[in-house]
Amino acid sequence: MTTSQPLLQVNQLTKLYAPGKGCEDISFDLYPGEVLGIVGESGSGKSTLLTSLSARLAPNSGDVLYLNRENNWLNLYELSETDRRYLLRTEWGVVHQHARDGLRMGVSAGANIGERLMAVGERHYGKIRSKGLQWMEDVELDVSRIDDKPSTYSGGMQQRLQIARNLVTHPRVVFMDEPTGGLDVSVQARLLDLLRTLVTEMNLAVIIVTHDLAVARLLAQRLIVMRHGKIVETGLTDQVLDDPQHEYTQLLVSSVLTP
Amino acid sequence: MTSMIHIEGLSKTFTLHNQGGIQLPILDNIHLEVFAGKCTVLFGESGSGKSTLLRSLYANYLPSSGAIHVRHNGEMIDLACATSHQLLEVRRQTIGYVSQFLRVIPRVSTLDVVKQPLRDRGIENDEAESKAVELLTRLNIPERLWSLAPSTFSGGEQQRVNIARGFIQDYPILLLDEPTASLDQKNTQIVIELIQETLAKNTAVVGIFHDADVREALADHVFDVSANHLQPKVKIA
Amino acid sequence: MNQNTATLEPIKDGYNFAYLDEQTKRMIRRALLKAVAIPGYQVPFGGREMPMPYGWGTGGVQLTAAVIGESDTLKVIDQGADDTTNAVSIRSFFKQLTGVKTTESTSAASIIQTRHRIPETPLQADQILVYQVPIPEPLRFIEPSEVETRKMHALKDYGVMHVKLYEDIAHFGYIATTYAYPVRVNDRFIMDPSPIPKFDNPKMHQMRALQLFGAGREKRIYAVPPYTNVSSLDFEDHPFEIQAWEESCAICGSKDSFLDEVIIDDQGTRNFLCSDTDYCQQQVAKQAEKEEQAAEGEQDDN
Repeated sequence: MTTSQPLLQVNQLTKLYAPGKGCEDISFDLYPGEVLGIVGESGSGKSTLLTSLSARLAPNSGDVLYLNRENNWLNLYELSETDRRYLLRTEWGVVHQHARDGLRMGVSAGANIGERLMAVGERHYGKIRSKGLQWMEDVELDVSRIDDKPSTYSGGMQQRLQIARNLVTHPRVVFMDEPTGGLDVSVQARLLDLLRTLVTEMNLAVIIVTHDLAVARLLAQRLIVMRHGKIVETGLTDQVLDDPQHEYTQLLVSSVLTP
Repeated sequence: MTSMIHIEGLSKTFTLHNQGGIQLPILDNIHLEVFAGKCTVLFGESGSGKSTLLRSLYANYLPSSGAIHVRHNGEMIDLACATSHQLLEVRRQTIGYVSQFLRVIPRVSTLDVVKQPLRDRGIENDEAESKAVELLTRLNIPERLWSLAPSTFSGGEQQRVNIARGFIQDYPILLLDEPTASLDQKNTQIVIELIQETLAKNTAVVGIFHDADVREALADHVFDVSANHLQPKVKIA
Repeated sequence: MNQNTATLEPIKDGYNFAYLDEQTKRMIRRALLKAVAIPGYQVPFGGREMPMPYGWGTGGVQLTAAVIGESDTLKVIDQGADDTTNAVSIRSFFKQLTGVKTTESTSAASIIQTRHRIPETPLQADQILVYQVPIPEPLRFIEPSEVETRKMHALKDYGVMHVKLYEDIAHFGYIATTYAYPVRVNDRFIMDPSPIPKFDNPKMHQMRALQLFGAGREKRIYAVPPYTNVSSLDFEDHPFEIQAWEESCAICGSKDSFLDEVIIDDQGTRNFLCSDTDYCQQQVAKQAEKEEQAAEGEQDDN
């Protein structure tokens, strides 16, 4: 009934460090503009899955297929390393849980935002600079701090800078690992709001790993629940959270504290 | 009359795995047909499964068995076996839902909350905003509140924001879960008018209304959930 | 380099010709061949302990030792000057261990070992320029992992190089990097030209002489073969520029050579002098010649 094609197809992806450690037999499709949440407790394999999906960890078996801007299907792990890296800084983005894993702490905020542009061949300082300023504004950072190093920024500001750094090349798929983890609740809300706005405006497809079901409810339209490396339940976010079918999901949902 | 929803043998049983696997049968073999331009009221005592049925229609609850056929883009599609992607499409275009409680990101302004459904469909900001303004004005939400997040509002204000959000788009099917529960007489009347206008645009409305007056004013059919029986005209015990 | 060095006799008791043993020289030459074949690529080599501390040119000395032959003429400069401690001691090192001729004249030398300068006099096809390199990795400032920098070179993943230039412009309004200014060699590898002033960068482009680079502590060799494209990185709106001085050399009056600002007396008097001492002397000699000719001309007229 729907004519739109998926952007990402994951087929029986398996990456195991030991039996039960890692992720096993994962399959799903991701459509343009869709936010997919992956939830589960620590050690359920959700971060391994995210790393493997985002071209940074070769799986033991299975495929990740991606439909690029030119409408060609790419098999992620059959691409050359050069092409994979190129993908990661053009059409894809990765937002790390700890901003310092995703930022260059030794150079200014502006350079952090501009790096992806320079990496894909932008050679005009003025253009790089104005895009940097524009993105600082878009993620609600004080533009007068563009030349400050991220080490002088607060945690929430670093996270917003990391998002700007990823979005500057207008990616189509963004992978996020606990983007609000470790932030104060008030800062979290602001970041969630920002992410939602950007996702809508840029028609981003997002895969977000979180252990926070409230974050998943607010951001994700669809949810994958993982346990011991496998998918135990999947469906619309509100359906999975309001009417969980699997024993483990029920436990997860009923264990959440509500203020 | 165009049939918009066709429920066939719908049953819903909750299994509580973490409480010794208790089975709670709520809906049993429900049959119901809902038509365009008509208001179908779900009726029954507390615990009879009205809300469960309404939530099942929005694919918020997963049927245990049976089928829920919904007219989407001119075709009947069974919500019980549609993919998540299809369900999202159905929600974007076909089925609107006004829940009892507003659930939004804490910091987002009222105006943004209300226009979100249109923005999600790619409608231009200006157009979405003017529609949001129109509805908020009509529902008597003072303009000074528009830029604030609704989480700080009173129950009645929150509900009206929720209603504005649900009515900003003309859905072919609209599900209402006690939209007037915490509203005063004046605002209840406005909501009734809104629903009537929607019906006039040939939307199929399915609702739960506790207020007998509201039922009286709106219902074309009353469906007694516990009796699994559809009555053609308002007739309340 | 001009003859088969395998038959060379040691000229100082107990030491092989040019200090290094023949096996080591062969190993270095093999690395050099690879370096020349892949311009700008850093070739690892088994660097030896030299009788001088790291930072004094152990990399350059090993390269010179590997290529020098009896008929060579050696010139050694440090910051352009032939008479500084480092230059003098390296020159005397090779003189004692090879017996080759040494010179201070750029055009008379067949091998020129240099620290932090390229001579002003254009080099010729039969000359070799050996650079002493402290840090061979141009990406090191931003990426501490060697594994990662090698991958970046292999994948031509050079976006971060412009980050450094961006930072300069953001903080100073112009590209403030004045030495060790990164270059792209043969349109492929990004290379650190060693801490020469960026004033010298254009000389590397299409140079007739062979350029060899040796980093002793880091044990890396790289090279730019003759007639190779070498371009300095820049931005479209901030193009690469070399330094220029309002002053001219206080000794020779040159306006187009690289000048050092020097305090010449206890009163703090400052003067600008050519950093390339040989070039400066040439200019002085030329002027003397001109004056002589002029004087002779006047005499003839009389």
